[in-house]
Amino acid sequence: MQKRVAVTGLGCVTAFGTGKKILFDNLRAGKSAVSLISSFDTSDFKTKIAAEIKNFDASLYFSKNETRKMDRFTQLAAVAAKDALLDSKIDLEKLDKSRFGVVLGVGFGGISTILEQHKILLERGPRRVSPFGVPMCIPNMAAGNLSILFGAKGVCETVSTACASASHAIAAAARLIQRGNADIIICGGSEAPINPLVLAAFSSMNALSRRNDEPEKASRPFDKERDGFVLGEGSGIVILESFEHALSRNARIYAEIAGAGSSADAYHITTPDPDAKGAESAMRSALLDSGTDASEVDLVVAHGTGTLANDPTETKAIKAVFGEKAYKTPVISIKSMLGHTLGAAAALEAVAAVSVMAEGMIPPTINLETPDPECDLDYVPNLARKAEVKCVMTDSFGFGGQNSVLIFKSGRVSMRASRQ
Amino acid sequence: MYLEKIADIVKSHLALDESVQITPETSLKGMKIDSLDVVEIIMKIEDAFEIEIPDEKLHEFKNLGDIAEYVKSVKES
Repeated sequence: MQKRVAVTGLGCVTAFGTGKKILFDNLRAGKSAVSLISSFDTSDFKTKIAAEIKNFDASLYFSKNETRKMDRFTQLAAVAAKDALLDSKIDLEKLDKSRFGVVLGVGFGGISTILEQHKILLERGPRRVSPFGVPMCIPNMAAGNLSILFGAKGVCETVSTACASASHAIAAAARLIQRGNADIIICGGSEAPINPLVLAAFSSMNALSRRNDEPEKASRPFDKERDGFVLGEGSGIVILESFEHALSRNARIYAEIAGAGSSADAYHITTPDPDAKGAESAMRSALLDSGTDASEVDLVVAHGTGTLANDPTETKAIKAVFGEKAYKTPVISIKSMLGHTLGAAAALEAVAAVSVMAEGMIPPTINLETPDPECDLDYVPNLARKAEVKCVMTDSFGFGGQNSVLIFKSGRVSMRASRQ
Repeated sequence: MYLEKIADIVKSHLALDESVQITPETSLKGMKIDSLDVVEIIMKIEDAFEIEIPDEKLHEFKNLGDIAEYVKSVKES
């Protein structure tokens, strides 16, 4: 029989700061983390805003010698993982390290390192390119570094499906625990994409909001006046653990990963299938995998990017799966506050989903001021709402038409079920 | 003076404490430094003295004193 998968620790670094409390307090208050970009000159760019982490210093958590060999996306993951492990109260000394693993989702990897080293190559020649260029930029290095930092000698993998990366990573890690391949996995995603190249490239696709004069109002999923997403950066980490391992050490079980669904649109490299069949199929698969009826889902944490294409398509998929109940199910986008952190997004949404169940409070979708007839669900506009939430669906859709949906159930409910 | 400047480069690259003593006998291998760090330190020495150290020379250096001697020979030749 397959093992059940518990979430026993939460950690994160976001534009709000480090730790789940800072994140949830800000989400609940409906605050925007978006501001003018300060890390480089944006004079020539159409978009000048992002949800940047200001003053991030990984050397407060690890030695300078360790952090200078890490790209920012790895540093973010390292700090988030340390935060999550602390939260899980796992005693690393007592662990069987061969059954302790890492599975992360990363979209880009160390693009800033590539840019820096490419500049050196052009300006100063090949002999000045750093020997750390490769181990800093390759996308698997966040997972690799976490295994080294925490002595995790079991499974160690990286999943890359663009904006769905962390969701696919959580699904992959959950399966490894279900099959008994590992007891504990540091899991989630990380991304540090705020640099001139990524900003310019997304901008050329007309994917980014240009509401530069009102940064905090720029990310407006499901609003009729939305004009694209806002780049963000960060890392979210969930500690996944088999129920039996968690129970054996009296761990706090926040939630259960009850199921996962995955699909492809097989339609277009960037545009979602307007019929929303791929998204719908991933949602149905996740419900089936978790043995959950759509009527049991109390909240959908949406992909909700705020692009013209995503929001009505996602709405259509939710309606197809939930039927009439779609109108009674709250659907939120935390990207309205955090921007879109790409490969890390689903991990931060997982941290939020689990926090909602623990806190009994649903954060709002902010900047929802003008209704869009094509987006007509209950998006919890602008104000948080008290609610008992026992089951959450999280949606993630990546470029390439790669979709991943997860079902989380509250720890209290799952614990009771496991004792019966 | 060559050794002092090289010692400063090593200390700042590795974020070592000021109190760490570096002598002509100090070897990068003996300090258990990552081989990739050694490459970067050599690059920084090359930059600082505006010289190029041929790769084959690297194997001949036993310690920082050897590197300082080599730099001196190039600069003062």
